[in-house]
Amino acid sequence: MTGARVMNGQAVTRHFRAERRDVGSHFFAALTGLSTLFILCILAVILINITWNGWQGLSWRFITTIPKKDFFDISTTGVLPMIVGTTIRVFVMTFFVLPVGVITAIYLTEYAPVRSPVTRIIRGAVNNLAGVPSIVFGLFGLGFFINFIGHHMDTILRSPEPTWSHPSILWASLTLAVMTLPVVIVATEESLRAIPMGLREASLALGATKLETIIKVVLPQALPGIMTGGILAVSRAAGEVAPILFTGVAYYMADLPKRLTDQFMDLGYHVFVLSTQSPNIEQTRPILYATVIVLLALTFALNVTAVLIRARVRKRLRALG
Amino acid sequence: MHDTTLKPLEVGRAASAEPPPSTGKVNFIEVQNLSLWYGEAQALKDISFDIGERVVTAFIGPSGCGKSTLLRCFNRMNDLIDSVRISGTVKIGGHDINAPEVDVIELRKRVGMVFQKSNPFPKSVYDNVAYGPRLLGIRNRSELSAIVEESLRKAALWDEVKDRLHESGLGLSGGQQQRLCIARAIAVEPEILLMDEPASALDPLATSRIEDLILELKRDYTIVIVTHNMQQAARISDYTAFFYLGELIEYGPTRKIFTNPSRKQTEDYVTGRFG
Repeated sequence: MTGARVMNGQAVTRHFRAERRDVGSHFFAALTGLSTLFILCILAVILINITWNGWQGLSWRFITTIPKKDFFDISTTGVLPMIVGTTIRVFVMTFFVLPVGVITAIYLTEYAPVRSPVTRIIRGAVNNLAGVPSIVFGLFGLGFFINFIGHHMDTILRSPEPTWSHPSILWASLTLAVMTLPVVIVATEESLRAIPMGLREASLALGATKLETIIKVVLPQALPGIMTGGILAVSRAAGEVAPILFTGVAYYMADLPKRLTDQFMDLGYHVFVLSTQSPNIEQTRPILYATVIVLLALTFALNVTAVLIRARVRKRLRALG
Repeated sequence: MHDTTLKPLEVGRAASAEPPPSTGKVNFIEVQNLSLWYGEAQALKDISFDIGERVVTAFIGPSGCGKSTLLRCFNRMNDLIDSVRISGTVKIGGHDINAPEVDVIELRKRVGMVFQKSNPFPKSVYDNVAYGPRLLGIRNRSELSAIVEESLRKAALWDEVKDRLHESGLGLSGGQQQRLCIARAIAVEPEILLMDEPASALDPLATSRIEDLILELKRDYTIVIVTHNMQQAARISDYTAFFYLGELIEYGPTRKIFTNPSRKQTEDYVTGRFG
């Protein structure tokens, strides 16, 4: 801005510029607001639609009944085995994916040489794993866990009848664990990297070994971040159907599963079955929608539980450690 | 960077006694022809000198002169950096600390360190101080409590935290946190305390408490302190080493370095003409 302009028209210039900036920022604010509103609307439409169509089908009997073979009859059907199946496979998956993912992340951040090509390849592989379509994980689970590992276990253990080499909760959960591994690894790595180098140095300078430092200083601090990874993994896995198609889910079972080597019924898969296999679509619709509500509620409940536990861990860390 | 006003340097309590008091060996730490490289860049150039037992030795010099790097040679913290390569020897109590049979874990228990940025663990005050003793395998509650109290007393922090031992160490003020780190370091009863600009992030009052503490601690510990603050070096140290561009320019009793340095560079630096 030249001196002359400042003297002649300072007020005008300022006013003009301020207005232009205002228009720009108002426009942008409106744009962001509208996008948010749009997403909220979609979410609302989905939820309202599902609730509207599904609430008649919902009842205590519905969620506590093991259905007969013909589960398209609204008056006798139920979803208890599906709730049990989905819950168990999510928990078993978490049991496997958390330790493996966390240990891998610890290797990558704490032990692996930073600039080595091997580390880069592992990181790249982890990221690529996240981009593999879930149906491919399903086929992998069938080929690797059931036909390879399961088959050999049956041979080695001399099972009188196929025990391991058929679809089961265990193999479905492991397949899901492989699928969600990148989520846990990336979240854990990020939380490990956020821990100041100074804390590690302080511990090492006191004569702690690297392992002691990781266990006593690094991991407790990283716990909330690791749990975030677990929550994301649970969210992703709870509604997935493709990976369990060939690895564990059953169209119908008369009983609840009793062993990890049993097959199971699943809410997401049941939604698919109800919407494609029904002899009478109109009659099945309330059951279909009610099942969707149960699936959403279960996913939500699993998430809320995990978030609450994380909040407690955070609070304890902040108060004491 | 530093105080540029040229007031007559206050040569403090410690340095006033001549010759500097030493109740132990004069060559407790022996540095011989020590050179260090970060990759291709040489950070320390052929450094040789001895540090006495139970005295305070200050390392001064402009940023990047290698004083912190040298300090970290004494507890082998440089091992953590892959690209570091050293030649020459560092002996503590007559033993080469870089010898293959030396257990670095053991070394670090004998050579404590206090960092520039206070770094208490996100644990309680008690657990911070008990961290080192627990690593040594001390599990007995009353024994631990005694160590914690004694260490906090030595660090002049006990009276301020005795009622909040089980609250987070991060809830303390900056100066208290740094004293907590000192307490944590002395809880494992090291022989040497390395201090890397321990007061550079503190206000003058907190700084003076740390300085008083250092003068207290030198009765029991050999203290090596890196500082950017010339007055601080003059106040608390018995010996001073001046480094420039990875070289040891001058080393001697603090009083001599500050009042009658033999090298022109030293004189320019301590009077604030460069650095």
